[in-house]
Amino acid sequence: MKKRDPDLLLFHAPLLRQGMTTPKAMRDVIYALLPATGAALWFFGLSAVLIIVSCIAGAVLAELAFAKREQRGETLRDATGVLTGLLLALTLPPGLPMWMAFLGGFVAISLGKVIWGGLGHNLFNPALLGRAFLLATFPIAMTTWVPAAGGFFDIHASNLALPFMQAQVDGVTSATPLGMMKFEQEVTPLANLVFGRTGGSLGETSGLLLLLGGVYLWLRRDLDWRIPVSILLSVVVFSAVLTLFDGERFPSPLFSLFSGGLMLGALYMATDPVTSPVTPKGAWVFGIGVGVLVILIRVFGGLPEGVMYAILLMNAATPLIDRYTQPRVFGRGAKSP
Amino acid sequence: MRPLRLFRRSFEHGVHPAHHKSQTEDLEIQRVPFGKDYVMPLGQHIGVPSQPVVAEGDAVRRGQVIAEPGGFVSSALHSPVTGTIREIGNLRGVDGRFAPAIAIEADAFATQRVKPDPAMDWESLSLEEFIDAVQMAGIVGMGGAAFPSHVKLSVPDGTRIRHLLINGAECEPYLTNDHRLMLERPEALLEGAEIVRRKLGAEETIIGVEANKPDAIEVIREHLQPGQPVRVVPLKVKYPQGAEKMMIKSVFDKEVPAGQLPRDVEVNVNNVGTIVAIADYFLRGMPLIERVVTVAGPGVTYPANLIVPLGTPVRDVVRFCGGLKGGTREIIMGGPMMGRPIASLDVPVLKGCSGVLVFTEEQTARRKEYPCIRCGRCLEACPYFLNPSRFARLARARMFDEMKAHHVFDCVECGCCTFACPSNIPIVQLIRTAKDDLTHRKESDA
Repeated sequence: MKKRDPDLLLFHAPLLRQGMTTPKAMRDVIYALLPATGAALWFFGLSAVLIIVSCIAGAVLAELAFAKREQRGETLRDATGVLTGLLLALTLPPGLPMWMAFLGGFVAISLGKVIWGGLGHNLFNPALLGRAFLLATFPIAMTTWVPAAGGFFDIHASNLALPFMQAQVDGVTSATPLGMMKFEQEVTPLANLVFGRTGGSLGETSGLLLLLGGVYLWLRRDLDWRIPVSILLSVVVFSAVLTLFDGERFPSPLFSLFSGGLMLGALYMATDPVTSPVTPKGAWVFGIGVGVLVILIRVFGGLPEGVMYAILLMNAATPLIDRYTQPRVFGRGAKSP
Repeated sequence: MRPLRLFRRSFEHGVHPAHHKSQTEDLEIQRVPFGKDYVMPLGQHIGVPSQPVVAEGDAVRRGQVIAEPGGFVSSALHSPVTGTIREIGNLRGVDGRFAPAIAIEADAFATQRVKPDPAMDWESLSLEEFIDAVQMAGIVGMGGAAFPSHVKLSVPDGTRIRHLLINGAECEPYLTNDHRLMLERPEALLEGAEIVRRKLGAEETIIGVEANKPDAIEVIREHLQPGQPVRVVPLKVKYPQGAEKMMIKSVFDKEVPAGQLPRDVEVNVNNVGTIVAIADYFLRGMPLIERVVTVAGPGVTYPANLIVPLGTPVRDVVRFCGGLKGGTREIIMGGPMMGRPIASLDVPVLKGCSGVLVFTEEQTARRKEYPCIRCGRCLEACPYFLNPSRFARLARARMFDEMKAHHVFDCVECGCCTFACPSNIPIVQLIRTAKDDLTHRKESDA
C-alpha cells in the first residue's frame, strides 16, 4: 500500500523566529514594575492597593467597552490595559480618591489608545495622557501629597471619597522633594531619594527599585537603552550647567536625577515603543529633548514636576524625529529620504 | 571602532538564530544511490533558461550536455544519469508551477560510472576560454542563488580584482553542507581557489568561515602550501554573515555601494561549493551534475549530508534518509531563513539546493499577528539599515512607489526583520510582494 504524502504547507521563509512576542514584551514591563509596586505598598499601604486596583479596573473596562465582541479576549491577553493602568497608578498621589483613579484609567485607554485606532497607533503615552487629564480636572487632589501611612491598613479617608465628591485631606500633608525644593528651597537628603523615604506619587519614590526593573527590561531587550540613558544624561548635564550659574537656586544633578517622576518616566514612560522614535538616532534626540524639557519645566515652570509634560511634548514630536533620523542605508551616501 | 573590529570581524546589525547544526555537522557526506526518475528544469539558475539540445527518446550518458546556455546570463545543463530522455516539456517546478524541464529515465542496468572528460590545461586557457568553460560546465552559485558563475567571473576591462573571497560562512541554521565540504575536501577547495585566483589575477584568496566551525578553519589551514596566498578568516557567528556584501563588510570593512557589485570594490565572492565545482571540472573533468545537500529538520528520520545527483526527486532523497516522521508540515529547499517551500515531494533537487529541511508543527504553527508597536527591533536587525516596519506599513497600504523611494530594491530579503518582529508581522514577505508588483508593473509598462 502506498503511503499518502503529507499535505505540504507553503509558508514562505523565514520559518524561524526569535522567541519574543508583543504580549510577552508588555508582560515583561509589568514584571519590571513589580519591585516598585511592592515599594508603593510598603510605603503607602492599602491606599496604594486601592489606587492601583481602581486604575487597572478603569483601564481594562475601557478596553472591554470599546473592543468588538469577538476581540474582547484578545484585548485582555496583550496585557496593555493592565500595564497602562498600573503605570498610571504609579504616577498618582496616594491620597487620591479611588473614583478619580478609576476615571483616569478609563480616560487613559479610551482617549489615549482606543480613539487612535488601538495598540500601536496612539501618538501620546496613554498613561501620561490619563494623568494629564486628571491633573487638568482635579488639580487640588492631584497635587495634595499625604505622607506615608502609619500602618499597612491605615487608609487615607480621601481614598474613599464618593464619586464627584472631594474629601478634605486628612490631617497633615507633606510636600514632595521637588515641591520643597521649588517652594521652600529645602533639599531632601539623597539617601532618602534613592531608597524612597520621601513623599510623592506611588511609584516615584524609590529610584533604586525602578532602576532595577529597568535593568531587567534592558537585559530582556525590551527597551531601547538609548532613551533612558540620554534622558538621564541630559538631565545631569543640564542641571550641572545650571548649578554652575547659581548653586543655591538650582538643584544639584543628583537631586534632579532621583527626585520626582524622572526615573519612572525615563525608564517606563518615555521608552514606550509606540510613542517614542523607532530609529536609534531618533531615540537620542527624543531622550535629550525630554531631559532638557524636564529641567526647564522644573526650574522655570509653575509646577514643581515636569516629566509628564516633557514626555508628552516629545511624543508629539516623534513622527517628525523619525522622519529626519532615518538611518543611512548600507552602501548609500549620507542622505536618505 | 576600528580596533574593535579586528576582534569581532562582522558587519553591523543582523540576527542570531539558534544554529540547529548539531543534527548533521558531524555526519560525513555520503552518496545517494541512483534512482529512476530525474527532472532537470531549464530555468534552475538566475537568468535565461537553457536550450535543450537533445530530443525525447535520445539515449544520454551521465555528464553529457543536454541543454546549452540560452544566452550570456545562462548556463549549460548535463544529464545527471545515464539513461533516456523521457520528456521535454512543462513539468512541475519547486513552487508547484509548471515550467520547461527535461525528464530523464535512468537506465537501471547502467553502472552510472562514466569516464570523465580529461583534465584541462587550465593554465594555458585565456580568460575568455576559461569563462566559456565555466559556463559550459554548468557551474552556478551553489550557495542558493544559483547565479551563473561565469558571469560573476567576467570582469570588464579596466576593473581589477585584488581579492578572491570564498564564502564558507554558512550562516543559515540547519545547513552543514559547506561545513562538511570544507572538512572533507580541503584540497579541492584550495585547488579551485588557486585556479580562480590566478585566472582573475587576484593578489590573495580569503576564505571566510563563521567561527562556529573551528574544525573547518583548522583543516583548511593545515592543507595550505607554504607561500600560498590564502588566508582563512574566522567571522562572527551572525546571520546573514554569508550575504556577499555583508561578508565584504566583515572582512574588508568596505561597503559595496548600492546598485554596484563586489568587483567595484575589487573583490570577487564565490561560495565554497562553487569553488570545489570549478576544481572538479578543470582538474577532473566533472561538470556540475551533483551537489552536496543537507537533509535535516525535526521531521526527517535520519538527518544526513548527501551527494545528490541533480534532478533527483526530493522523495528519493527523503526515502534514503528513512522517510518523513509523522507531523511533517512543510519542506524547505535551502535554508530556513531564505529557502523556498516545495509544493510536493516530486520536486527535483536543483543546483542551488543546499538543503532539504523538513519542518513540523512547531516551526509552521500559525503565529498570531499583533499590531506593530514600533519597537524598532526590525531596524536593528536589518543589515542594510533599511526601515522594515515602514515597508510593512506601506506594503499593506499598497504604496509601492513610496517603498521604491525608500530603497526597497536594496533589500536582499534575508528575512532578519520577520525573524526579529515580536508582533509576527510577515515583513519580508510583504516586501517581496511589493517588489514583485513593482517589477511586473515595469514589464507591462514597457
